[in-house]
Amino acid sequence: MRGAEIFVQALKDEGVEYIFGYPGGAVLHIYDELFKQDAVKHILVRHEQGATHAADGYSRATGKPGVVLVTSGPGATNCVTGIATAYMDSIPMVVFTGQVPTHLIGNDAFQEVDAIGITRPCVKHNFLVEKVEDLAPTIKKAFYIAASGRPGPVVVDIPKDVTADSCDYYYPKSIEMRSYKPTGRGHPGQIRKAIQLIFEAKKPMVYTGGGIVLDDAAEELTEFGHLTGFPITNTLMGLGGYPATDPQFVGMLGMHGTYEANMAMHHCDVLIAIGARFDDRVTGNLEKFCPYAKIVHVDVDPSSISKNVPVDVPIVGSAREVLREMNQLLREAEFKALDKSRPWWRQITEWSALDCLRYDRTTDVIKPQYVIEELYAVTGGDAYITSDVGQHQMWAAQYYKFDKPRRWINSGGLGTMGFGLPAALGVQLGFPDSIVCCVTGEASLVMCIQELSTALQYNLPVKIINLNNRYMGMVRQWQEFFYDRRYSHSYMDALPDFVKLAEAFGHVGLRIEHARDVRTALKEAMGMKDRLVMMDFLTDQTENVYPMIASGKGHHEMHLAPGNPQPQPSDRELA
Amino acid sequence: MRHILSILLENHAGALSRVAGLFSARAFNIESLTVAPTEDPTVSRMTLVTSGSDEIVEQIVKQLNKLIDVIKLIDLNDGPHIERELMLVKVLARDGGREEIKRLVDIFRGRIIDVTDTTYVVELTGASHKLDAFIEAVNGELIMEVVRTGVSGIARGTRALNVGTPTAAPRSPTKAAKSGDRAARGTVNPAHLL
Repeated sequence: MRGAEIFVQALKDEGVEYIFGYPGGAVLHIYDELFKQDAVKHILVRHEQGATHAADGYSRATGKPGVVLVTSGPGATNCVTGIATAYMDSIPMVVFTGQVPTHLIGNDAFQEVDAIGITRPCVKHNFLVEKVEDLAPTIKKAFYIAASGRPGPVVVDIPKDVTADSCDYYYPKSIEMRSYKPTGRGHPGQIRKAIQLIFEAKKPMVYTGGGIVLDDAAEELTEFGHLTGFPITNTLMGLGGYPATDPQFVGMLGMHGTYEANMAMHHCDVLIAIGARFDDRVTGNLEKFCPYAKIVHVDVDPSSISKNVPVDVPIVGSAREVLREMNQLLREAEFKALDKSRPWWRQITEWSALDCLRYDRTTDVIKPQYVIEELYAVTGGDAYITSDVGQHQMWAAQYYKFDKPRRWINSGGLGTMGFGLPAALGVQLGFPDSIVCCVTGEASLVMCIQELSTALQYNLPVKIINLNNRYMGMVRQWQEFFYDRRYSHSYMDALPDFVKLAEAFGHVGLRIEHARDVRTALKEAMGMKDRLVMMDFLTDQTENVYPMIASGKGHHEMHLAPGNPQPQPSDRELA
Repeated sequence: MRHILSILLENHAGALSRVAGLFSARAFNIESLTVAPTEDPTVSRMTLVTSGSDEIVEQIVKQLNKLIDVIKLIDLNDGPHIERELMLVKVLARDGGREEIKRLVDIFRGRIIDVTDTTYVVELTGASHKLDAFIEAVNGELIMEVVRTGVSGIARGTRALNVGTPTAAPRSPTKAAKSGDRAARGTVNPAHLL
């Protein structure tokens, strides 16, 4: 069998449904084979970055690895941002890059680039396939590595002559690697230590991240929440891992987290962190992080444990497995859940009463927060929401209450503007009958705007919520706060007419200028089930994201929106 | 503190650059690094000397373990061990100085392996500090060239690092690890070998 045939057959055997790609010289043998079959569906993007984000979005929503096929040279380099995005958020993805024929490697051949060298720092692993006999086993390894342990992107670089050469086809059913053995179950002794801390806790707090979503552990976490009665916060990546409408959920934590979540973090005496990595946007100043807490940390990646914050009870293992075992132990011990009448919950309720996400609902200027709240109402809280990066991302995270995992899809780690639209296309392919919305801003949106053509070609009726404030809002906000209002290059002049732009790409465009029209427009857009609709909301230009922890500050030193009573930062240990 | 890490890795093209890249990307120190295939040609053994606080070395060990090409590694400082480094030094050896250098080489148990009427090449093996001491003992103006291989190390006694060696159950470090529970670092547990 020829290498190109082996490639396509291996994808079939791996159960790959969609491959996102863009053809070019080095992968033409493969494209010729793709043409002859229809089991693996190829989605032609308009830029290779779009292919990686679309595959990434598909993976985040479905849980299956995303697959990308691009050519050598610029095809590979254009993928780097998307690969790094997936790497930072631990998204399983396999990216196949074409390469010049083996005899030309190192010769500065046309469209040659050292794809292995360029991608090495932002992949879980990468492979150069040196001969056709290695092709099928390498593909198997790539999928195995990408999806197991702490997931991540894997790049497979395939020289053109390898796709032309022939050998017998054999696709291994499973793979065993002496150098790679991911951990599954947690250490029983460590789990018992964690349970002991849970028993002793007076002011417990549960902090969970993307690991819950990636490991499909939301059900187990919900049960853990109900068995313990503990307050639960999610990171930006972890939203949907615990139902946001559950009374024990205290909102997102961190830089733009809720007052109650951050205050509870600061004052807790036992912190249970699961599938989260103590990122700087979550912890704030490490010196002031959880000063009174004993910390339990469950993570599948040992290098995440004690990287930023020393922990008392480390547990290496899959979030789902460890939660199952903890739930079992709690049930056996007939643990009495912490009820809401206890002093710790009363304190949290008091913090919540501050209503830190309050904003002006009386004006007819469109407040971006209002658009998200209305979007939540109109979609019944059941849409898939992708976002780009900036203020709109934070508002979507704060005001859309995600009750289910894999519904909130954003670039949390790398913070890649341009992610939202192509990611939404991937999600829509995975869930053709669901509502998929891309919450974006006018600055992020144009970074991958070319993918509107892909949406038309494959009839992907994504709804784009463009919160258009004519600024790079988050940059403007920081310049307002920290640079004396010198708005250096953060104003978007010469913007396109987004309605006409949508129409030029063959879609529907709507412009909304008043708060009173927001709901009608959203309903109208959601009603157009088979059309991509671009909603251009002209929002309040100077709205800021609150609450906020400035850099260098601790969780107890939050700023609330102006007009709210500012809480006095208190660092005393609560009784 | 200085640590010597012994690493078994797949003998693939690019495996070395993964290790080197990890150290530069995460701003870890490398003092020296040597690598060569082992008796099993599919496996390379690397000896890497690094330095840092216990927390940093713990992170280095974890990050190295995370590399897909790394099969196994141990921190030699977790137990008694031997380190050796080979050095070749070309020195000016003229007139009365020739005898002086010859005596010094004998004291350090080195060998002179190349002689001309004006130069010697001295071969010296030992722990790095011994090689440092030799260089300090020679008049600096006489040194023409120094070549060092970097450290190779091996554990004393029955403790051994090879592909077949069972590793300790993967446990993660705790606060206790910092106070000496070395086994918690996921390194080889010598008890398995006895």
